[in-house]
Amino acid sequence: MSRTWRTADVVEARFETASARTIALQFPDPVDSIGGQHVDIRLTAPDGYTAVRSYSVAGTLPPTGLEITVEELEDGEVSPYLVRDLTVGDQVEMRGPVGGWFVWQPSDTSPVQLIGGGSGVVPLMAMVRSHRAAGSTVPMQLLYSVRSPSSVIYRGELEKLEASSPPLPVEYVYTREAPAGEPVGRLSPATLMPRILPPAADPAVFICGATGFVEAVAAWLVEAGYPEGRIKTERYGGTGDGS
Amino acid sequence: MGIISSGFRGRRNKDQPGLPPGQYLTESFPVLSAGPTPRIDTAEWEFQLTTEAGQVHSWSWDDFQNLPQEEFTVDIHCVTSWSKFGTRWKGVSLDTFFQDVDTSHPYTMFSSYGGYTTNLPMEDILNGKAWIVHQFDGEDLQPAHGGPARLLVPHLYFWKSAKWVRGLRMMERNDPGFWETNGYNLHGDPWLEERYW
Repeated sequence: MSRTWRTADVVEARFETASARTIALQFPDPVDSIGGQHVDIRLTAPDGYTAVRSYSVAGTLPPTGLEITVEELEDGEVSPYLVRDLTVGDQVEMRGPVGGWFVWQPSDTSPVQLIGGGSGVVPLMAMVRSHRAAGSTVPMQLLYSVRSPSSVIYRGELEKLEASSPPLPVEYVYTREAPAGEPVGRLSPATLMPRILPPAADPAVFICGATGFVEAVAAWLVEAGYPEGRIKTERYGGTGDGS
Repeated sequence: MGIISSGFRGRRNKDQPGLPPGQYLTESFPVLSAGPTPRIDTAEWEFQLTTEAGQVHSWSWDDFQNLPQEEFTVDIHCVTSWSKFGTRWKGVSLDTFFQDVDTSHPYTMFSSYGGYTTNLPMEDILNGKAWIVHQFDGEDLQPAHGGPARLLVPHLYFWKSAKWVRGLRMMERNDPGFWETNGYNLHGDPWLEERYW
């Protein structure tokens, strides 16, 4: 039952960037997740005060574990604790995974275009990992809009996937600072369209990021002829504001 | 009491009256939607109510604007845990739309431009509990927030307040809508924490 709270052991915690941390959770019982789902994490303070936030699942650790990746929000109530204070051996409570819409199933047969902004890449990475684990032959590629090279979450793993066979094509768009020789600037229709699967490929499109990013990219795609019904969107953190 | 996180203190804005269990307060107005935002011209906009007998009551944008308007302030609660207090809206009560409608079915399915659907029992939308709204905070409702018009059912989780609403049909049974078939509760009362299946 997804509505019941389960206790999880924190078995690993590693920084992906200076402000994003992946937390591996293990449960007493099997847990499974479809790529793109989220979980609710509940923290309880010593006096019984509780706070709950939603986080995208980043990947599974079969059969009894999963990982979340949390970006620290400056004014956040829960994320600074998860990124800075939580340690291996601690326990948290989790409800879920939930969500049946913004998900990729290994049985899906159409090409997939993933478009992520910032930590919006997290649920998309869960889809990438599920795709690899299932040995799916469906074309899948990722466009990742990010502030700077040092803000790239999962960099090492993405590089390996790009170099693997078959490769996972990854396109980066750097909005503030780029590696030498690469352009800097916000995503626009002109920079987006040549780097994603064309409408003729009829891709299933998943967009996740901040609200402004998601709204803009989805509108450009509709204008460029991608059917509205093929575009699924999600805002990161589930809330789009300081959590 | 759950598992204790000894270093966690939290912000403690929860001891506020009016905040349902498991919710936190936000000052911003987050956006949640499942796909691209539809752009709807009010000249083309229409709201349709379809009864079990197949009778269709419809209102153009002008018809809608000429119905008795209500301005009111309510709290809203999203299933993703944020709540926002004191949101100010303008629109038309569902009671007004149902004034000349002959129906005995106890459930409704609302539908939106873009294909979204959500189910609601009649007892949750009549008697001043639900509105079709077109203004937020004194301004025309933005497309990202459901403009030109959205359903507003503030006493239930906000996914019930369908954006870009275009109509409803009467139902004999309480069939699930979009989120209700994708993991979310059939009813969605925030005070009972009816979040998921």
